[in-house]
Amino acid sequence: MERIKIFELKSLYRESMKVYGFRFGEGEKTVCIVGAMRGNEVQQMYICSQLVKALGKAERAGKIEKGKSILVLPNINTYSMNIEKRFWPTDNTDINRMFPGYSLGETTQRVAAGVFEEIKDYRYGIQFASFYIPGMFEPHVKVMETGYEDVETAKLFGLPYVVIRHPRPYDTATLNYNWQIWDTKAFSLYANRTDRVDETNARRMVKSVFSFLGSLGIVRCAAKGVRSRVVRDDSFVAVKSACGGVLLRLAKTEETVRQDQVLARISDSFTGEILQTLTAPCDGKVFFVHNEPLVHEGTVAYRIMPGEE
Amino acid sequence: MNERIESIVAMKLPAEESVRIFRHRLTANARKRLPRIAIVTGIHGDELEGQFVCYEVISRIKAHPECLSGTVDVYPALNPLGIDTLTRGIPGFDLDMNRTFPGDVNGAVTEQIAAKIIVDLTGSDLVVDIHASNLFLREIPQIRISESTEPALMPYAKLLNVDFVWIHAAATVLESTLAHSLNSIGTKTLVVEMGVGMRVTQEYAHQLTDGIFNAMKALGIWTGEVAPVRSPMISAAHEVEFLNAPCCGLFVPGVEHLHRMKAGEAVGSILDPLKGTEVVKILAPCDGLLFTLREYPIVDEGSLIARILRD
Ligand SMILES: [Zn+2]
Repeated sequence: MERIKIFELKSLYRESMKVYGFRFGEGEKTVCIVGAMRGNEVQQMYICSQLVKALGKAERAGKIEKGKSILVLPNINTYSMNIEKRFWPTDNTDINRMFPGYSLGETTQRVAAGVFEEIKDYRYGIQFASFYIPGMFEPHVKVMETGYEDVETAKLFGLPYVVIRHPRPYDTATLNYNWQIWDTKAFSLYANRTDRVDETNARRMVKSVFSFLGSLGIVRCAAKGVRSRVVRDDSFVAVKSACGGVLLRLAKTEETVRQDQVLARISDSFTGEILQTLTAPCDGKVFFVHNEPLVHEGTVAYRIMPGEE
Repeated sequence: MNERIESIVAMKLPAEESVRIFRHRLTANARKRLPRIAIVTGIHGDELEGQFVCYEVISRIKAHPECLSGTVDVYPALNPLGIDTLTRGIPGFDLDMNRTFPGDVNGAVTEQIAAKIIVDLTGSDLVVDIHASNLFLREIPQIRISESTEPALMPYAKLLNVDFVWIHAAATVLESTLAHSLNSIGTKTLVVEMGVGMRVTQEYAHQLTDGIFNAMKALGIWTGEVAPVRSPMISAAHEVEFLNAPCCGLFVPGVEHLHRMKAGEAVGSILDPLKGTEVVKILAPCDGLLFTLREYPIVDEGSLIARILRD
């Protein structure tokens, strides 16, 4: 294992921000894995730290294929994480809306450019992503439909779903999209959560990366996941609140539900009266659950994947 | 004249309160369809320059209601929670509202709100979306339009009494803005940017209000007297130079905003207060007008310090 300084940014009164990468194996730039890009992506960083540990062990045991190298960047935005802010400390910009970056531009464009320069030539790119809405997910891999996407390879992670996303305008400045434009096969892995550490989920995500590496003959290992179901991101059915209040959840992620089954109730914030009972609109599996205690009118409280496995 | 204040969006929050987006409609008495202008602002809660424009527009109409011959819709706060809490984005979502358009009635809360705003504005003869700069930069009153919309929008942009019209290359990221969404369905929308974040520059507000009345007259919405308007500089004829900080430190300007720079002249310096040294002087690369100047003194490497419109 080699610890490499990928990028450094000076500050007036803070220590300079250093972005580190951990390299395993040698030779061809085969796989690059990126963790936290936002200050609240704690689970994403934690998963990478566990990958660094596991890949170190694999390397010492001689299990990394000759001539192939893997680079892991656990956190490219330590400045935000250290002050518990999601976006860039001064101007609140999102590094994951700055790719491919611009080395003569604004600060976060420079961070993106400095990092991208070092990670753009890998054959496969894996990013541990987070969603802007707070919630628990069934772990999945997302591929952006750019014309270069590779759905078959995405199945090798052995996660329950491969979700295909048609890029929206703002997606074009994300790492995933730009990796693909630069000929890297890119996959966004969604852990179950963002701002809390979940060790069970982290083990599962590490296993899924090893399943991917093993299937492609990059690391010799026997890890195997489940068979992935390929779905489009607009095929989930949203269950929304019709009022504001306290959300009392009954159904959990990955639970199989029947049509009309009660998923949750919304309780009046002052009187405790049940204002609404949220039910499953169809048979299916719970993919997403809003995990904040309160809801607005119109909050997507659940997303259900219709149909059977 | 008729006037009515109503909410175009109402959404219940968890504890008792509802959030509402208001529209103040002032309209001439008539039975036929009247031309309509919409003044919208406050998508970014920390940009307040448009607040004073809303006040000015309404109070000038009320002073001469007999001159109103169309409909004027004023939306002073598209992001009411943001304005009330000094927050640029939508509080609780950490989301830039101007990246949520055209929205989706079946999407997340913020997308539902965006979709309702689009429905309400659709069909206006002109929409003026007033932004301020951020806390970091001071800007002269300007209109920003993308290359693709220039033919349709330039005649209107020239009516608004701004100093500068900046035609920029189309960026895919900007496709989720209110202006792009409206322009793409044929509702002409101009984005005005002026002043500085979290402040009101009254002089600029008066200037833009004169321009809005000029546009109203041209659209048949106003029959009263209007002040003469200036003709703006247009970026197509000039190039814009960006001056970004080469290092971090404390920026102090050496010239005033709107100064006519000579090549090699110092815009200002970046200082190191700990060491008591000047780290670097920021020099103008060309002759031109300093139309953007850094207002917030602390800079990171890369922070924008100035923009110069080349002569
Ligand atoms: Zn703005």
